Amino acid sequence: MRIRTLEISVGAFMVAGFAALIFLALKVSGLTLDAAEESYEVTARFENIGGLTVRAKVTMAGVVIGRVSNIYLDKEDFVGVVEMDIYNQFDNLSIDSTASILTAGVLGEKYIGIVVGAEDEYLAEGDEIEDTQSALVLEDLVSKFLFNKTQE
Amino acid sequence: MVIQVLRRVGSKGVSFLESFGASGMFLFQSLVAVPNIRNNFPLLVKQIYAVGVMSLVIIMVSGLFIGMVLALQGYNILTRYGSEQALGQLVSLTLLRELGPVVAALLFAGRAGSALTAEIGLMKSTEQIAGLEMIGVDPLRRVIAPRFWAGIICMPVLAIIFSSVGIWGASLVGVDWLGVYSGSFWANMQDSVQFSDDVLNGVIKSIAFGFVITWIAVFQGYDAVPTSEGIGQATTRTVVYASLAILGLDFILTAVMFGDL
Repeated sequence: MRIRTLEISVGAFMVAGFAALIFLALKVSGLTLDAAEESYEVTARFENIGGLTVRAKVTMAGVVIGRVSNIYLDKEDFVGVVEMDIYNQFDNLSIDSTASILTAGVLGEKYIGIVVGAEDEYLAEGDEIEDTQSALVLEDLVSKFLFNKTQE
Repeated sequence: MVIQVLRRVGSKGVSFLESFGASGMFLFQSLVAVPNIRNNFPLLVKQIYAVGVMSLVIIMVSGLFIGMVLALQGYNILTRYGSEQALGQLVSLTLLRELGPVVAALLFAGRAGSALTAEIGLMKSTEQIAGLEMIGVDPLRRVIAPRFWAGIICMPVLAIIFSSVGIWGASLVGVDWLGVYSGSFWANMQDSVQFSDDVLNGVIKSIAFGFVITWIAVFQGYDAVPTSEGIGQATTRTVVYASLAILGLDFILTAVMFGDL
């Protein structure tokens, strides 16, 4: 009987460890069981991405519709290229949608906001969003403001 | 005078290297063996009970309090900048990357490592180990190997439980008591924690710590002077060496994992 309780408690211990790992995976790091949600890739070119990071949210009307998957510099045009994965269920974004880099709150993270356009054609895998709006960089705003002040 | 100092340093260094080499040989001999699962599995289960299950309470209680303290302190600082939603992110990254593995390992060294050393040291001083040898049983395989594997298996499990309980404690304080909005608490956490980077790296760290702690503990026990004084010294050495090794190793692992080295 002594051996039995010992084995049961060891089993319960291992199960508790496994349960804790699942808690960390699902609740803390937000892995979903159907992890690879079907998505299609769209790119957008920004003059300045200003602190946008990979895995940042892509939103429309405040609702998350995708994630930023990659960011790199176009070596010929010197613009930042942002690749984003948009979930397949949102397959009716018109081809002239606008993408802008926004900030959540004053100190918050950067994310991409998409505003839908008017065309009947929809964005598909590999398309590019042409109409973009760069991130606001505080230093630029301040220098513009000062420049205007001195002109007056 | 100078010569004498040099000589002392030299002999210290040689004896350090000697014991390091001896412990390496010892580890090699106790692990490199054809595993005999049917006979050794009950031994392993018994050691997992002694090393892991018995450490569970201290790990869970300290995890809970560390999570709660982190939430309190983090809230006080973050609320100054009006960004207390980032509390979940702060607590979970701190626990998963550093505090979970490290504090669990320090507690494990104190709770289980010292017990391992004392047990094996006492076996040696009461000549049980010599007795095993006399009846033709290899004490390294019979006594050391199951304890060693139990340590490696238990340490990551304990660290994971520590982090989970800590995060739960933080949500208890942050969300239920201080009133951080629970949606942004969990969502911010899920945005910033990456399973493959943060959770798995923490697990890898704790496996490394488990290896080092049990190695030091069983070697110090096996190498102890078989007197009551010697066993006391060996136990102290286990806790001191294991704690230092954990902290040093943690810096190296962090630098490799998160420091872009």
